[in-house]
Amino acid sequence: MATTGVMRPGHIQLRVLDLDESVEFYKNVLGLVETGRDAAGRVYFKAWDERDHNSVVLRQADRAGMDLIGFKVKDKATLEKLDKDLQAYGVSTERIPAGELLETGERVRFTIPTGHVLELYADKTDVGNGQPYTNPDPWIPASEHGIGPHRFDHCLLYGPNLEDTLKLFTEVLGFHLVERVLMEDGKSLLAMFISCSHKAHDLAFVCHPEPGKLHHLSFLLGTWEQVLRAADIMSMNRVSIDIGPTRHGITRGTTIYAFDPSGNRFETFAGGYETYPDHAPITWTFDQVGPAIFYHDRKLNERFLSVVT
Amino acid sequence: MSTFFNVTIEDTGEVYRCRSDETLLCGMERLCKRGIPVGCRGGGCGVCKIQILSGEYQKRVMSREYVSVEEEAASIVLACRVRPLSDISLSVIGKMKKNVCATTDKVREGAG
Ligand code: FES
Ligand SMILES: [Fe+2]
Repeated sequence: MATTGVMRPGHIQLRVLDLDESVEFYKNVLGLVETGRDAAGRVYFKAWDERDHNSVVLRQADRAGMDLIGFKVKDKATLEKLDKDLQAYGVSTERIPAGELLETGERVRFTIPTGHVLELYADKTDVGNGQPYTNPDPWIPASEHGIGPHRFDHCLLYGPNLEDTLKLFTEVLGFHLVERVLMEDGKSLLAMFISCSHKAHDLAFVCHPEPGKLHHLSFLLGTWEQVLRAADIMSMNRVSIDIGPTRHGITRGTTIYAFDPSGNRFETFAGGYETYPDHAPITWTFDQVGPAIFYHDRKLNERFLSVVT
Repeated sequence: MSTFFNVTIEDTGEVYRCRSDETLLCGMERLCKRGIPVGCRGGGCGVCKIQILSGEYQKRVMSREYVSVEEEAASIVLACRVRPLSDISLSVIGKMKKNVCATTDKVREGAG
């Protein structure tokens, strides 16, 4: 599939309770590269293999959670078209001027039915991955610093109105449904995993009564071996681990869930399969939600449904 | 040498020895004791909410979403952000509530 329209999750702005402690964690334990700080005090990071200026933005606040997630679209014309399409669909949008986030162009901001703030943007400065575009080496020292993920990959968000949200993403934003978990009634969505690319998921949702909650943001590693190395680094640094290393039945990824110093859950994972828009979605029934989420334990841990920020 | 203090969970009568350099929640977990729900361990999710009934303690910044200024003044805190400075007696407020939507319709009503 040619990736057109919405291409990928590009940035996430997180709220943290203690900025210095969080910067230390994201830089030296997770191993992201700090790329800037702005007048508002926000600190910007990217994973070593990402080319755009920033993907994770930290903002000190009095509560944890996610302010917004931004998706990069193909170009300016796509941004204008999607803004019109959203408005025609009945979603009110707002323009955030270029530069409000460092090295980032104009953004189209709107709220989705789960209560989360989403943004689309076409431009973010290419600062490269530390390698030239001509004759690069396969990796750089920064790729071994801390856990050292390749990229910010996806998020799992908790909120109500999954059916309406799915319609918006598939009918307006060009996503396709990859996997879903049904509720006890065998019809309603308990969870959905959607993609705008080849990735098994670019975004996922679990049905939850409180709007706008973050379950986790996820970072991609290369191999299962690197997932085990990540677990060692977490333990060395006394990181609060939720579960893992284990495997998800959904998307087949090998994974660890853990928490940042403010209690925001993050995931470091590897693997999973590739998807195409013509693939029939995979369905998990309510009685199999255990192995769907945690394939080895075959049951949810009690934190999965109740601990969010 | 770290100092140890006795922590009593009044709801269940559970008593455990907590080090002065670890949080009330970590101390409980390390000894495989139960009583306070364990979530993020970072002051962000609110499930470990407790009220300190007696004793001295040291606290770190915690999410305002779950502990208001008034509550904090009334010694209502998150157990993962509090270290003991003396023996502590506490009661548990936080719950590990399963927030699954029963059906989409109910959620819509709930979200109003
Ligand atoms: S365990 Fe999440 S706030 Fe204490
Ligand atoms: Fe994930």
